[in-house]
Amino acid sequence: MFPLILLLGAALLLMVAGTLGLAAKARASWGQMSATALTCLGGALGAAVCLDVLLFLNGPAPVLTVRAVYPNWPLHFRLDPLSAFFALPVFVMAAAGSVYGQGYWNERRHPRTGRRLRFFYGLFVAGMVLVTVADDGLAFIMAWEIMALASFFLIATEDQNPACRQAAWIYFVATHLATLLLMALFALLHAASGSFLLVPLPAAAGWKIETALFLLALVGFGLKAGIMPLHFWLPGAHAQAPSHISALLSGVLLKIGIYGLLRILTLLPHPPALWGVMVLILGSINALLGVVYALGQHDMKRLLAYHSIENIGIILMGLGVAMIGAATDHPVWEVLGIAGCLLHVWNHALFKSLLFFSAGSVISAARTRQIDALGGLARHMAWSSNLFLVGALAICGLPPLNGFVSELLVYLGLFHPTAGKDSGIWALISADAVILAVVGSLAVACFVKVYGVVFLGSPRTERAAKVHESPGSMIAPMLLLAGLCGLVGVFPLVVLVPLSHAAAVWMGRAHVQGMLIRAFPWGTLTVLNFSMVVVAVAIFYLVRISRRFIPVASAPTWGCGYSATGSRMQYTGTSFAGILVGLWSWVLRPLAHGKTPIGLFPKPIEYETEIPPFITDRATHTLWHYIKLGTRPIRWLQQGSVQQYLFYMLAAVVVLLALIPFGNLFARLWGH
Amino acid sequence: MLHTTTPQLILSIATHFLVPLAIAPLFPGIINKVKAAMAGRRGPPLRQPYLDIFKLLRKTLVISNTTTWIFFAGPLVAVGAMLAVELLIPIGSSPAPIHFAGDVILFVYLFAAARFFTTSAALDTGSSFEGMGAAREVSFAVVSEAALIFSLLIMIRFSSGLSLNTLLLAPFKQGSVGPRLMAAVGLFVFLLAETSRVPVDDPDTHLELTMIHEVMVLDHSGPLLAAVQYASSLRLLILINLVLLFIGPPHTGIPILSWVLFILEASATAVLVGIIESVMARLPLRHVPTLLAAAAVLSGLGFILALR
Repeated sequence: MFPLILLLGAALLLMVAGTLGLAAKARASWGQMSATALTCLGGALGAAVCLDVLLFLNGPAPVLTVRAVYPNWPLHFRLDPLSAFFALPVFVMAAAGSVYGQGYWNERRHPRTGRRLRFFYGLFVAGMVLVTVADDGLAFIMAWEIMALASFFLIATEDQNPACRQAAWIYFVATHLATLLLMALFALLHAASGSFLLVPLPAAAGWKIETALFLLALVGFGLKAGIMPLHFWLPGAHAQAPSHISALLSGVLLKIGIYGLLRILTLLPHPPALWGVMVLILGSINALLGVVYALGQHDMKRLLAYHSIENIGIILMGLGVAMIGAATDHPVWEVLGIAGCLLHVWNHALFKSLLFFSAGSVISAARTRQIDALGGLARHMAWSSNLFLVGALAICGLPPLNGFVSELLVYLGLFHPTAGKDSGIWALISADAVILAVVGSLAVACFVKVYGVVFLGSPRTERAAKVHESPGSMIAPMLLLAGLCGLVGVFPLVVLVPLSHAAAVWMGRAHVQGMLIRAFPWGTLTVLNFSMVVVAVAIFYLVRISRRFIPVASAPTWGCGYSATGSRMQYTGTSFAGILVGLWSWVLRPLAHGKTPIGLFPKPIEYETEIPPFITDRATHTLWHYIKLGTRPIRWLQQGSVQQYLFYMLAAVVVLLALIPFGNLFARLWGH
Repeated sequence: MLHTTTPQLILSIATHFLVPLAIAPLFPGIINKVKAAMAGRRGPPLRQPYLDIFKLLRKTLVISNTTTWIFFAGPLVAVGAMLAVELLIPIGSSPAPIHFAGDVILFVYLFAAARFFTTSAALDTGSSFEGMGAAREVSFAVVSEAALIFSLLIMIRFSSGLSLNTLLLAPFKQGSVGPRLMAAVGLFVFLLAETSRVPVDDPDTHLELTMIHEVMVLDHSGPLLAAVQYASSLRLLILINLVLLFIGPPHTGIPILSWVLFILEASATAVLVGIIESVMARLPLRHVPTLLAAAAVLSGLGFILALR
């Protein structure tokens, strides 16, 4: 009980951190300082509690009942290792983000929005923590709504910008759709189990209820996690929010959706293998399309947002394997899949937030998000550039960083069915490994594009030539995240215990740790990754020393015979991705605006390409078109006169009243 | 078959490290000799690649003044990754010293790491030609990686473990010949693409507009160019070795004999590459993805056959 109360205290600290500063005058720095200090304190306390639970708690987690809010309707909270596993990144990222905000959204530069942002920031992170520890439907929905509404206000921080307002409204619609589905989910759960408590469903509930619950959870939480095609709110919201908010949205908010899905799955007694296949297929579609869409983006933050969809896909692939393993009684597939899923949740929180932070550093220095307007930033922003490189290598799953460890877990989960001699149809599932590999190489292409075009080469605009490195308050959180990426990558053994405790909750069985140790080469990987780092450092110093003995000359880049090459002649991000965008044009359907130059002395022209988001631009337009066509016959109903609408309401009430006598009949038909 | 004692392990690491290091530049030499012979010339001596590397090591390093440390990292990571791969993969019939369940993926991702750094180094120069080459490299790799993974899946299907040792040294089984051969053909195309050979790329041309690998290293000179060349000859050796393992080299049981046999087989494969290079023209760039996709489809068909 004690850890849970401490954790709730930490959440409370986070929640009130920004409130104090509301009393501060605009441009007064103490408001921001106090918010950051309280957030860091709460973050450190919460992280310590989570680590304690993840490392040491083995007994059953006690339930805390809070009657103070609604005396007749107590709220329940519980802190088991699965909750702690998802709450830990929230605490770490909340602290890191608030420190980053000191430099990025400094009170002096943003006096109008700063106080509001910090107020909702506290509510947002505290809401996420509460979601992970909520143990009944009511508490869950309440925490969920705090999180959802606060994040809406955070996305709308720059509300003077119409694009930002639009993104925020789209998010608002999406998140309320999710809430609606979750309310249905918990109502159904209540109907099936007799209480709002998140307890396992009785085995007698029947497959119909189970399937309905699963589908509601998949769609409701999928809206939050950004599972395609429910991702429509995601790229806009991530691009328009301030960068440290984007980092939290992508790094932790999406994972809360994954948490909800995992938690509901632990309540269902017999998930069939078919669901696992469904999740696996959804995951591979997400991973593939996420990275393909990312390749076509020109906006740095939109690109990173699409990569979140890709990584959610990888997480779902792990979950799918685990569900198939659970349903077909293959504990090794199950443990590898769920471990891959969970570890990728952590890893993605680390490297994606790192990437958003360093992207924010670029944006605040160069005042643009357009990849093709940048270039050569590494010369002036060595820290940001090298830290971005760490994030990029990690997200591509390259050894010896953390992305490799979790992807290897998922790969092994996919490979095991192939090797099994009784595998039958499951061998086809293992072909998903090919998709994962293709996704990996696409991710390499995409991050070489961003890193190479933004940080390397020479600056493409004057603004990009005059950038300065960000202040230490922005670099320090990035260093922390990069260090954690390296730690998990080089010493994967550090995550073994937390991972196996959290996996044990999901799998509902004991001795998970032993299984995980046997199924995955922890020791070998640690030795290998560590020696890779040692060799790399050794080579670095060798090169440094040997440069003194090798004759070195400096010269401009060879222009292949052209004497006047300029920085604008460099390959741009768009041209770099051109071949792949062309290969995938049947999915992406890129649009080009403008003319091509004609004649011997062409006039200056403007030419622009874009990849319109499918759901918000194409699908909804088409849908509205058909809805308009289909509803034309009943358009006379809508005349615009208030009297008529009042009449409709009255008529509806009368009809409903008339239906009351038939209520019992409906109830009988429904089966109660 | 696996190394049980520490001295054995050290010996194995040493051989897997040193032998490829010593023999790798031989194979580009063989290819060039075959090409010269097919064209009716005498051609450079077999040891020419060695001489080139030694010459380059002594030359001045000219560095473009737009570059950063990434420019150095490109070739060095490429050499390092290839040497690491040599420790993971059985050579001929000598099992790899480092092996664990899933080292297949480390194998694939080390190639990816090399690609990340070489293409970034190309973009570091700010030259549009090198950017072009880098774009082609990462784009074509997407398609060819599918071929590689399908081939490895076939071997996973036919063996009982998930490490390259058990995969690639697995004996032929009934029904495995067809899929393995299909995978080997797919991998051979992968080899031609990854090592910049005709019909995918032309290592001899100096027309920057049409090249892939060679154009990425236009600005590398001196010792760094030596590293680039070393990395590419190591890559050639590794991929030749991989193709041979799929066809299954004869196991003699005597280590020295196996190594000799391996070198002979690898030389024969290099001769084949040289002959292909002499009798074929380079494909137009826009057709390259089609060729690579065909290789992937072939391996994929092999995988489906292997599912029976």
